[in-house]
Amino acid sequence: MKYLQKIYLATIFLFLYAPIGVLIAQSFNASRYRGHWTGVTLNWYEKLFNDARIADALSNTLSIGLLSAVIATILGLITCVAMKELSRKWRATFLSVTNIPILNADIVTGISLMLLFMGIGLKLGYVSILLAHIVFNVPYVILCIMPQLMALDKSFYEAALDLGASPFKAFTSVVLPELRPSIFAGFLLAFTMSADDFIITHFTKGAGVDTLTTEIYAELKIGIHPEMYALSTLVFFFVLIFVVLFAINRRKLKKYEEVF
Amino acid sequence: MFSRGIRNILLTPFLIWAGLFIFIPLIFIVWYGVTDYDGSFSLKHMGLIFEHGFWDAFELSISLAIISTLICLLMAYPLCLILTERQRDNTTIISLLFILPLWMNSLLSTMAWQTILEGNGIINQLMRLLGMPALQMINTPGAIVLGMVYNYLPYMVLPLYIALTKIDRRILEAARDLGANYWQTFTKIILPLSIPGAISGITMVFIPALTTFVISALLGGGKLLLIGNIIEQEFTFQYDWHVGCALSVILMIFIVLNMLLTTYFEKSHEEEDFK
Repeated sequence: MKYLQKIYLATIFLFLYAPIGVLIAQSFNASRYRGHWTGVTLNWYEKLFNDARIADALSNTLSIGLLSAVIATILGLITCVAMKELSRKWRATFLSVTNIPILNADIVTGISLMLLFMGIGLKLGYVSILLAHIVFNVPYVILCIMPQLMALDKSFYEAALDLGASPFKAFTSVVLPELRPSIFAGFLLAFTMSADDFIITHFTKGAGVDTLTTEIYAELKIGIHPEMYALSTLVFFFVLIFVVLFAINRRKLKKYEEVF
Repeated sequence: MFSRGIRNILLTPFLIWAGLFIFIPLIFIVWYGVTDYDGSFSLKHMGLIFEHGFWDAFELSISLAIISTLICLLMAYPLCLILTERQRDNTTIISLLFILPLWMNSLLSTMAWQTILEGNGIINQLMRLLGMPALQMINTPGAIVLGMVYNYLPYMVLPLYIALTKIDRRILEAARDLGANYWQTFTKIILPLSIPGAISGITMVFIPALTTFVISALLGGGKLLLIGNIIEQEFTFQYDWHVGCALSVILMIFIVLNMLLTTYFEKSHEEEDFK
């Protein structure tokens, strides 16, 4: 049984990582054309830093990701705090409204926002992409914060009020620190969703403004620039190192907890 | 925690936000979907779905979405069972490794499947080395299903994994103490308790699979059209918003049915909790 389990895990592992392996190999391939191996080179990594289009798309992706995640986190947090005070029935109603952008198909969300932006005369470009990303990011933030907020013990907050703190002061010094892990998780999830989104960006972007995903889609027809493979390889290893460090840290923390 | 006045003030930004960016945009789609070019009410664009080219794409979308949702479920269930069982050995790294591919750009990794599957691709080169005939894999419905499973498997794994880790270990131990074998514990305890996770996984996979246009464009070679491709073309090539919106409204009907199904299952389970 244990043996079968290992084979199963390995098979799915292979399925998930086969295309990633291909992409990494591609980034070292001397040939521009995919599936055509002509030798190893670091050329594309060098060129990556001189490619203005990729630099543009990358900076758009990062700034839209950060801005939309920050704004969505603030809006989501405020909404969660208010929803906690609603009756059970109203809270359920509100939560089903906040969930609409996640449950709806991306293509429908993208088209509907495009129609809105064109309807109110907003020029499609950076701002329209940013607004659209906030729209689909808010529900992810709420999904992360709401469970922890509901599980929070009210009595600490009330104790702070009894000791003379203003509601705002009590909130920022008692409730907020407790929520920090889920706020961070919500922010991180929002940033990831924003950076990986293609469909909604595709419909809400204007000519001349591209994120990495729309730039890749445009290049698909004429052949991907291998610099793109180099960039995604770098991103992948960056995240891999981050994740492994995180896991090691958690393991250490657990050991400390066991000791004390 | 604080007065109703403050609560209502805190709710206002979201209410304005939801009105402006969730409800009004949907009204726009429905409006274009049920009107003719002169603005009069008409369902003729919605009726287009029954016509030749549209119906084929719609049928193909539904069948591929159902197939890939089932494959995702069948692949994810044993995976999640193994991962939850191993969780006790403190192997967070293994679980994290299954989420890591999410950070690779999905357009690029779907395109990498082209390199693997195409006529002169990696699999066919291996086949040739082994002296076997080449396979036609790219630009087939099977390739699209593979792309869907690859892209949406995490959406099935996450809710299932969470549902399975939530099951109280003590219940399983009690069942075993009372003489149940593995199969009985599985069918009587694990399976029923994991249904909410499976249902939310099914909706999370089915909707994007039904509505994608990217995967079919990359792995279907532009000849196999899904309903998503037709809608996308109405907006980027044909510029016929009325037809595009009418088809989107039809997709929305499926999405609403899906939402109702999920809330129904969640409700029936909540009620069970109270009994």
